[in-house]
Amino acid sequence: MGTLKLLQGNEACAEGALYAGCTFFAGYPITPSTEVAEYLARRLPLIGGAFLQMEDEIAAMAAVIGGSLAGAKTLTATSGPGFSLKQENLGFGMLCEVPCVIVDVMRGGPSTGVPTGPSQSDIMQCKWGTHGDHPVICLTPAYVQEIFSETVRAFNLAEKYRTPVIIAFDEIVGHMREKIEIPDKGVIPIENRRRPTCPPSEYMPFDETKGDVPPVADFFSGYRQHITGLNHASDGFPVNASPRIHTDEQRLIRKVEGNRKDIIKYETVMLDDAEVAVFAYGVSGRSGKNAVELAREAGIKAGLFRPLTIWPFPEEEVAALASRVKAIIVPELSLGQIVYEVERCAKGRCPVEGIFRVDGDPITPEQILAKIKEVK
Amino acid sequence: MSERFEIRFSGSGGQGLILAGVIFAEAATIFDKINAVQSQSYGPEARGGASKSEVIISDKPIDFPKARAIDLQLSLTQESCSKYYKDIKPDGTLLVDEDFVRDIPKGTFKVIKMPIIRTASEEIGKAFVANIVAIGAITALTGKVRLESVEKAVLSRVPKGTEEMNKKALRAGYDMAKAKMN
Repeated sequence: MGTLKLLQGNEACAEGALYAGCTFFAGYPITPSTEVAEYLARRLPLIGGAFLQMEDEIAAMAAVIGGSLAGAKTLTATSGPGFSLKQENLGFGMLCEVPCVIVDVMRGGPSTGVPTGPSQSDIMQCKWGTHGDHPVICLTPAYVQEIFSETVRAFNLAEKYRTPVIIAFDEIVGHMREKIEIPDKGVIPIENRRRPTCPPSEYMPFDETKGDVPPVADFFSGYRQHITGLNHASDGFPVNASPRIHTDEQRLIRKVEGNRKDIIKYETVMLDDAEVAVFAYGVSGRSGKNAVELAREAGIKAGLFRPLTIWPFPEEEVAALASRVKAIIVPELSLGQIVYEVERCAKGRCPVEGIFRVDGDPITPEQILAKIKEVK
Repeated sequence: MSERFEIRFSGSGGQGLILAGVIFAEAATIFDKINAVQSQSYGPEARGGASKSEVIISDKPIDFPKARAIDLQLSLTQESCSKYYKDIKPDGTLLVDEDFVRDIPKGTFKVIKMPIIRTASEEIGKAFVANIVAIGAITALTGKVRLESVEKAVLSRVPKGTEEMNKKALRAGYDMAKAKMN
């Protein structure tokens, strides 16, 4: 039996990070993510870790990358405006294959937007915010307990695939409090990055012959490291106009896309015999669950597909779903983003209808129910 | 209790209403083992403005986390009362601070008036325990959570050295509401 607590989503995120072995947080406070930083500022020094408040979000992302290259499991937390600032260094982390976790507690935008209001309008930014082809893993928990467990999973995936992992949830889920059980140590398995076993003289930080996820040494451990945001060879030094760039970029993407089965996670509710499906994540997924229950009470066969991994997108699952339902409804706190991904995967097999809302309140179960009745 | 029961604590930013919601949710879910979700809504300002904190309790899992058919709403200011009363159920309850909410909105819901802030400042001696007086009153009016559980939750969340004052405030609110109910 673990420990029972009433925690905020943001606090559960911090607890998940600690459970996963995070010892370093760097950030810059921003509503509605600040509680992640506050919690870790109190807790990290007690376990010999470090908390750094940086001068801005750009520096915070850089510090998290540096901390990870020194061997620590590292975390930063922010919201839309800060997440925008982190994009350049996030791409650096992806190309340089630096395991770390970035939390984006989504608030209304663009720009300063609505600091205390919920949003799901950064979800395409999570995928395409940084330039170039790049691998993205992004998790979308919706319950406080889930924020804890998905944060642990985010660290595990970051370590396993040697890549930054994003956790994106909305202000409501970040600020709400629910009972959670923090499991005893060892209950959830913890991954640690593969480190070299060869002598330092033979080590190359991007040695593709060691597999799609080459081992990585810690800085200051005697292994020579060269890290650059230029495309690089196995030894880490820049290459230009080389066929290697093509194959190495493909490897980066393959690390994630080739491991979809391991990375993609979702919950379904009454979906097996459903005629109408609701596809929703975060707080909209919570509304979706109530909406399909209300629909069933009204005699309509509705079901929910709630992704916990939004990137890579559950393409095959959505395609299969589109083949057997009459319509898919996509409620989201934006003016339409993830609905187009669903549409892309449905490929016209069934209509895809969005419900959009950006006034600071969540989409209600009744709003979704009305749409279910309309399309059935 | 199998039905969803929705409580909204509303007032002005800085009155401790978010904490009030947190304490009530903790009493329900940690000490009384009922499902509870607490959420909040506030503006960018640290003080002032209409602020609300909501607690939903239920025997069933709670998915939609916000209140939309309120069983009991507390309003400590006129602004928050006027802004938020529309979500109260026709047979719900509106609990107001009688000194600060003079213009009672029309509706079929039951209205209970109490001198919550005055009780805190005059009877207990500190206006800032008004949120705890309010929790005491809500504990009595709802009958959903045990008073001793609420007391445990209060004591786990208030600063050291203020325990006795907060216990007194909780009891004062509870007794005042019980007297109104008889």
